[in-house]
Amino acid sequence: MHTVKVLGSGCANCQRLAALTSQALAELDRSEEVEKVTDYAAMAALGVMATPALAIDDQIVFAGRIPSLGALRDTLADRLVAG
Amino acid sequence: MSTLEAPTPLRSLRVPLSFVAAAGVAAGLYIALGPFWNWAVYTLAGLPRGTRWADAVHFFLFDTTKILLLLVGIIFVVRILRSFLSIERTRAMLGGKREGVGNVLAAGLGVATPFCSCSAVPAFIGFVAVGIPLGVTLSFLIASPLVNEVAVVLLYGMFGFEVAALYIGAGLVLAIVAGFVLGHMRLERYIEPMILEAAAVAPLAGGDELQPTWSQRIELGVEEVKAIVGRVWPYLLVGIALGAAIHGWLPTDFFTRVAGPGNPLAVPVAVILGLPFYSNAAGTLPLIEALHAKGMAMGTSLALMMSIVALSLPEMILLRRVLKPRLLAIYAGIVATGIVAIGFLFNAVL
Repeated sequence: MHTVKVLGSGCANCQRLAALTSQALAELDRSEEVEKVTDYAAMAALGVMATPALAIDDQIVFAGRIPSLGALRDTLADRLVAG
Repeated sequence: MSTLEAPTPLRSLRVPLSFVAAAGVAAGLYIALGPFWNWAVYTLAGLPRGTRWADAVHFFLFDTTKILLLLVGIIFVVRILRSFLSIERTRAMLGGKREGVGNVLAAGLGVATPFCSCSAVPAFIGFVAVGIPLGVTLSFLIASPLVNEVAVVLLYGMFGFEVAALYIGAGLVLAIVAGFVLGHMRLERYIEPMILEAAAVAPLAGGDELQPTWSQRIELGVEEVKAIVGRVWPYLLVGIALGAAIHGWLPTDFFTRVAGPGNPLAVPVAVILGLPFYSNAAGTLPLIEALHAKGMAMGTSLALMMSIVALSLPEMILLRRVLKPRLLAIYAGIVATGIVAIGFLFNAVL
């Protein structure tokens, strides 16, 4: 099982990224849940300096942007299915 | 994806050529806007030229389309240029720099780095983690929202090149000087302990992703246009509508007496009035343009805008997570003083 985390202070951008990620996971038929991380210390520990960020298995794959649904799906498929 | 295909000469020319074509179309549209709305409002719709209603409608339509076109074009280009930088690279460049040089570099990078002020807290932690001095970090955090591409584009579109260039210069100087002064006040003990604890466990390097390809850079540009225009358009419409109303109904010299160049108190009063309000550059500038047209001096108008954009309640709430109240108050005081100085300077030279 992989972990999928959306990191951000809970602003509108972070919520959009979380919603898009859930949608991408659903389209890929994955059962992973999107975990929202709003704690700054936890973000710092992962090395995040720009929010919203997406981490898969605690590795940052996007930071400081909201990628398109297509780009999210490609990245998730890459990391979850291949890994 | 096309990453597996070998780059042929034709393929490598496709991106620059489509850029040139798109820029040509945008420039053509921009030039055509004025004549088009003259025709549409006064001829097609038959509104009588010179009446308040007709001129307000014309102002609203012309300004809205002009600003939207400028925004889309500039945000796209700026985001592509910025894709050569990232907050991680900026941090690496600032690491080990002393104050002075560090403040200048931080202010410049604050303008150039793709960064949203909602990331202020994690960025602050990341900077502290590698030992970047407090004053240098603050120079970055002041420059970033103040000298943003939306503000510069709108200033250029409304007041021309000279005002936009002066604004960029003044914003940079403010960020450099305020950061430098704050850095020399030995205020490190007023950083929240939570930040230092988080910084202690943060990785010191990494996050340096692969360089994006050109198609990824263009994707970033499109994303950014959607995100920013999607966020600012309501502010923009309200600002332009207010501007149109002021344009049409207030007498031309309405502000000349109270806020014209003759009143030295106008600048500090404008800065104080702007403090509690929060809007972004897109929402503020149409209003500023209208106030200026009715006699408010340029420096006073820009000081009001800087105060609204750079010092706001939401920004203070965010920074409060990082800075103890005392440091926050000193920070706000120094930035406000700087804005007042810039207002006086603009009034003197423009």
